[in-house]
Amino acid sequence: MQKLFQAKVYVSLKKGLADPQGSTIKEALESLGYRNLSEVRFGKYIEVKLRAKTKKGAEQKLKEMCGKLLVNPIIEEYSYHIEEEG
Amino acid sequence: MRFGVVVFPGSNCDYDCYYVVRDLLGEEVDFIWHKERRVEGFDCLILPGGFSYGDYLRTGAIARFSPIMRAVSGFAARGGLVIGICNGFQILLESNLLPGAMMKNKNLRFICRFVNIRVENNLTSFTNLCQIGQVLKVPIAHIDGSYYADHEIIGTLKENNQIIFRYCNEEGGLAQESNPNGSKDFIAGISNRQGNVLGLMPHPERASESILGSEDGRLIFESVVRAVKGRVK
Repeated sequence: MQKLFQAKVYVSLKKGLADPQGSTIKEALESLGYRNLSEVRFGKYIEVKLRAKTKKGAEQKLKEMCGKLLVNPIIEEYSYHIEEEG
Repeated sequence: MRFGVVVFPGSNCDYDCYYVVRDLLGEEVDFIWHKERRVEGFDCLILPGGFSYGDYLRTGAIARFSPIMRAVSGFAARGGLVIGICNGFQILLESNLLPGAMMKNKNLRFICRFVNIRVENNLTSFTNLCQIGQVLKVPIAHIDGSYYADHEIIGTLKENNQIIFRYCNEEGGLAQESNPNGSKDFIAGISNRQGNVLGLMPHPERASESILGSEDGRLIFESVVRAVKGRVK
């Protein structure tokens, strides 16, 4: 029996790479009066709904997708959250 | 000789390349739709600039999986000449036909203007009519053109003379203000290790006749013709 899983993938520039969008957003926040910001990083958020027999299987597929298309490992890193749809 | 210009959904410099080859070089040229799976009969393939697949996800990331790209990879592996211009360069990077990746311009702006690039290696099929250190005036038009590769890749590129063009000032000097997009090591164009695949952000097809303000870009296309015709003889 296949189950439906909802995956949330967060992609951001690798730590240490200059992130001009993040720093511009930080400056904008500071101009709005927000002090004590240590850093703002900009990234992408991707939702994928997929069917698999197990959570492990779904995770494996998702990692494959990230490796093949969703993430460029030269400049980006990612994290994800996956759970079965109720 | 015969050029092929690959057309992706969203390519917009395809006709410019076609025009340069047919009208200015007087060579044969065909468009190749990205759904094609074969590239027989071509001596050089051009991946033109534009916004393939709307630049969705990352520039070049989706185009890289177009059916034609498998054929382009095979063509390149057999030593065929491939030029990726702007979005074409981004597609070659995403396809791993060239090393590295593109990031947003340092100033986050779309930059469309003439820049100067310096020829770093003239022993290639794309630059054999240029002199080392020669400064070419060619326009750029991109927002994702900041070339990035880690220290190791940059080292390999240098070691194998794969850096073909660097952004420079009019005199050929490497000044920070002459690096329009913040590219690593002023890189404007690189080749693969074998030297038969070139990617560059500037648009030589937009600078191939004097009426457009520069004809320096034509040297790149004419070098290809020279390389191919010399090989046949």
